[in-house]
Amino acid sequence: MMGIEELVNEIAALQRADLEAWIAETLVSPEEEAGAPVFPEMECARVRLICTLRYDLEIEAETLPVVLSLMDQLYDTRARLNSLTAAVAAQDESVREAILKAMGRE
Amino acid sequence: MKDPYETLGVARTASDAEIKSAFKKLARKFHPDLHPDDKEAEARFKDISAAHDLLKDPEKRRRFDAGEIDASGAERPQQRYYREYADGPGYTSHAAQDGFASNEDLEEFLARAFGGMGAGMGGGGSRRQSSATFKARGQDVSYTLPVTFLEAATGAKRTITLPDGKTLQVTIPEGAEDRQMLRLKGQGMPGFGGGPAGDAYVELHLAPHAFFQRKDDNIHVEVPVTLKEAVLGGRIEVPTITGPVTMTVPKGSNTGTTLRLRDKGVRNRKTGVAGHQIVTLKVVLPEGDEPELAAFLESWKPKHPDDPRKEMLS
Repeated sequence: MMGIEELVNEIAALQRADLEAWIAETLVSPEEEAGAPVFPEMECARVRLICTLRYDLEIEAETLPVVLSLMDQLYDTRARLNSLTAAVAAQDESVREAILKAMGRE
Repeated sequence: MKDPYETLGVARTASDAEIKSAFKKLARKFHPDLHPDDKEAEARFKDISAAHDLLKDPEKRRRFDAGEIDASGAERPQQRYYREYADGPGYTSHAAQDGFASNEDLEEFLARAFGGMGAGMGGGGSRRQSSATFKARGQDVSYTLPVTFLEAATGAKRTITLPDGKTLQVTIPEGAEDRQMLRLKGQGMPGFGGGPAGDAYVELHLAPHAFFQRKDDNIHVEVPVTLKEAVLGGRIEVPTITGPVTMTVPKGSNTGTTLRLRDKGVRNRKTGVAGHQIVTLKVVLPEGDEPELAAFLESWKPKHPDDPRKEMLS
């Protein structure tokens, strides 16, 4: 868990005002502890990613939500695909073969 | 670390704008979060950003060019990328549900197909929905494990290697029984969507022992004694499941005489009380010629002459 202050100190390029704007736009979703936002590891990694997109790749502030939304959908789809793949892998061989066969017929 | 100019693919005379542009192109291509399946992206991007960190700073670049610092000073500490979490088991979706197509239909189909195991379907509406991924427990797997008589009697730890190379630690409990099933929680197939792993079931197959036999918690063993030990009595060494012990053979013992070694049996799993070892003596005559013994028996007049077969012949 990291607070806003720690994150701003850790990531050199990060502007506090930007981070606060991202929170307001719910581009990042910190948790709350004693009335102050705190960032679990996954959210810290997300902030670092947004910093790369915004500062290094110079994606416009207005375009940033579009990029993130597409990326979130990609990761959601990946999570579902992983679940499905694991579910298929756990089946008997006959079931797996039937699924592979059906996919090939598409 | 490699030469930062080489890493970014720019000339040593490149302008700041050229460096920035080269970095942006490479970052698009190699940022791990934008290429979640590219295993090499992380290492590549680490080099790329370290090179950029060094060359974008005019002072650092000047000192590097002058040979005052080397490229290693710019190396970045290990960082965990977003993709590790987003592809991980604890992932909570950030995706907005409004206005985008969702895969809810697929999940509902799966939940039905798997008999309603797909708990936690997203309600939609809120941006930060509860886990939208299909969750299910991994499958159970079962194995059989051959164990020796003594391993089962006294308990043992065994490591078994599964066909996929995975190893399992199996603790064989003291007093384990043939066909006993051990359950190793969470050692089955992995769960999916953050669901718990299945269990491994290990069925023990006990091999018989050359001379020990087990009846309930008691160990039975037939122990040969010499004619002399049987007639005169004496102290003999006998095997038990925990090693040899010394016991007394009473004077005038016979084949079939049973003696009890207290608490030398198998500890009962439920009561914690150990059984006994029941020793059945078997008198054996000496192998080879014993002329003195024969001569003695020739002249021997038994005090209690008796026909041991009388009951069979009457």
